Amino acid sequence: MDLFNNLAIGFGAAFTLQNLLYCFIGCVLGTLIGVLPGIGPVATIAMLLPATYALPPLAALIMLAGIYYGAQYGGSTTAILVNLPGESSSVVTTIDGYQMARQGRAGPALAAAGMGSFFAGCVGTLILASFAAPLTEVAFKFGPAEYFSLMVLGLIGAVVLASGSLIKAIGMIMLGLLMGLIGTDVNSGVARYSFDIPELTDGIGFITIAMGVFGYGEIISNLSKKDEDREVFTAKVHGLFPTLADFKHMLPAVLRGTTIGSCLGILPGGGALLSAFAAYTIEKKIKLKPGEIAFGKGNIRGVAAPESANNAGSQTSFIPLLTLGIPPNAVMALMVGAMTIHNIQPGPQVMTSNPQLFWGLIASMWLGNAMLIILNLPLIGIWIKLLTIPYRWLFPAIVLFCAIGVYSTNNNTFDIWMVAIFGVVGYTFIKLGCEPAPLLLGFILGPMMEENLRRAMLLSRGDWSVFVTRPLSASLLAVAVLLLIIVLLPSMKSKRENVFKEED
Amino acid sequence: MKIKSQKDFFAGLMYLVIGGAFAWGATGYTVGKASRMGPGYFPLLLGSILALIGAFVLFKAMVVDTEDGEKIGSIAWKPLGYIIGSNLAFGILLGGLPSIGVPAMGLIVAIFALVFIASRAGDVYKVKEVFILSIVLAILSYLAFIKLLNLQFQVWPSFIVN
Repeated sequence: MDLFNNLAIGFGAAFTLQNLLYCFIGCVLGTLIGVLPGIGPVATIAMLLPATYALPPLAALIMLAGIYYGAQYGGSTTAILVNLPGESSSVVTTIDGYQMARQGRAGPALAAAGMGSFFAGCVGTLILASFAAPLTEVAFKFGPAEYFSLMVLGLIGAVVLASGSLIKAIGMIMLGLLMGLIGTDVNSGVARYSFDIPELTDGIGFITIAMGVFGYGEIISNLSKKDEDREVFTAKVHGLFPTLADFKHMLPAVLRGTTIGSCLGILPGGGALLSAFAAYTIEKKIKLKPGEIAFGKGNIRGVAAPESANNAGSQTSFIPLLTLGIPPNAVMALMVGAMTIHNIQPGPQVMTSNPQLFWGLIASMWLGNAMLIILNLPLIGIWIKLLTIPYRWLFPAIVLFCAIGVYSTNNNTFDIWMVAIFGVVGYTFIKLGCEPAPLLLGFILGPMMEENLRRAMLLSRGDWSVFVTRPLSASLLAVAVLLLIIVLLPSMKSKRENVFKEED
Repeated sequence: MKIKSQKDFFAGLMYLVIGGAFAWGATGYTVGKASRMGPGYFPLLLGSILALIGAFVLFKAMVVDTEDGEKIGSIAWKPLGYIIGSNLAFGILLGGLPSIGVPAMGLIVAIFALVFIASRAGDVYKVKEVFILSIVLAILSYLAFIKLLNLQFQVWPSFIVN
């Protein structure tokens, strides 16, 4: 079996003491930071990315995978304990999870989230491993036109589900794409929008943007709120493990959530949020068994299903990244950044040119998941303690880590000035109700899109119809249009607004 | 005409201005034609689309009614100033700024400056507490970034090292 051979290579590469240690450190750090209110996986990864520079590529990616899962799990922890989703995909978890916590059943809720995620992660890893190779074959059939259309689909997919106002989110994408173009044009060597500043000819570092906009912007907006709104209260957590009845309710929900998540995660831009949302909706449709608590009042299925779905979804969302080199969401965009820093160009060639790294990464995802459950189940009590650190100690530390982080990318103070500018920009975005995540995705895709558009148009001799006459490209664009139409339908519109209201 | 949504009004304006600026800037580079795109083609295209989106958002903000006028609200100058200021101070002290005659003071001094300035952004400011926090963070950063990760930082002020 090829699959097992490949996985064996992967585990062989990943299962060194050193890598396990990095994975562990990543998980710990990710959870530590992810559990802080208001800091999601994107900000966590952005903050910790510089810490991985000095490592060999595989170790760095493994550590990042650990950070990612840690941060994601940390986000769910705050969602359940204090009703603060660390990221958009754990928004649904707050609905039933927080109710459970208020009834003193935070332990079972956290355990359900953890075990559901672990199971979903295992399935997701298997799917990733078995479909990565065939999908890579497809990737080689992709011409520039197809790549361009796929990126359009990815960007559309990201906005339709990831933010409040659709048109403003598309505006943010455009802004991101434009910012991505700053720097030297690869084809002509012309330095664009660099204002004769030598540092700008290399383009803006995406870490500066991520940290400025997500890190500083968030902190400033958090600090402008009154103390009472920010203060988090922790109810007493007693009883760590779910009861037998809980398990009975959980199991089918976890299975359904995993299936939904694995399918939706593959779609570029679909990812974790859509999966979690869909899984919760389906659970709600299924009839309650006698004696079961209603949804919205602390039903364990309402925690297990979306948590498994979002983890399965985030696992399979590595597929478009690894096989096509296209990041399906902001977190993956950061992973692309991390890979390029280590001189790995994500895409179909990674699998053939660097099989150890490719399969090692896949194995490490499973490791990350496993590490997480080993780490978190016994330590739930401690994570909660972390939430009691006063914010006035926390935010200077975050500012400091951001500042050290950006400086260490190039050892150049210019990046520190840039992050200050983007901090102001990020705060402006928050004030104006513009979601920054699409901007980051656009920023990463900007140069890629331009490159592929140019090539496609060069090949077609300036004929724009190439995007709709090539079947693959046409169907990708059709899906993108379909997504837009679905979102603009009135019934969906109100649902979306409801989901995002929970976040405020 | 009355602004119906303040947030959208300014967001639209921002898109319009930035999109316009990028598009205008793009005309300074070779634009080329579709079959042979110059460096100005894609930015011109994107900039124009962004400006159009901005105009649309702006228009909507003037026409479509909202419940509460979607006010932007007061700007938090205090945290904004102190957070960004602490960041700038960190940069200046860490790397030095020869143009105004500030020598490089190194990481430790910069950390203290950052923590002290940033802490002012909060509601509570206790000197003793901030001092302890800076010491803890300085030690942690030194161990994590310098010792463990081996990042190349100047740790102490240059006049002491030399």
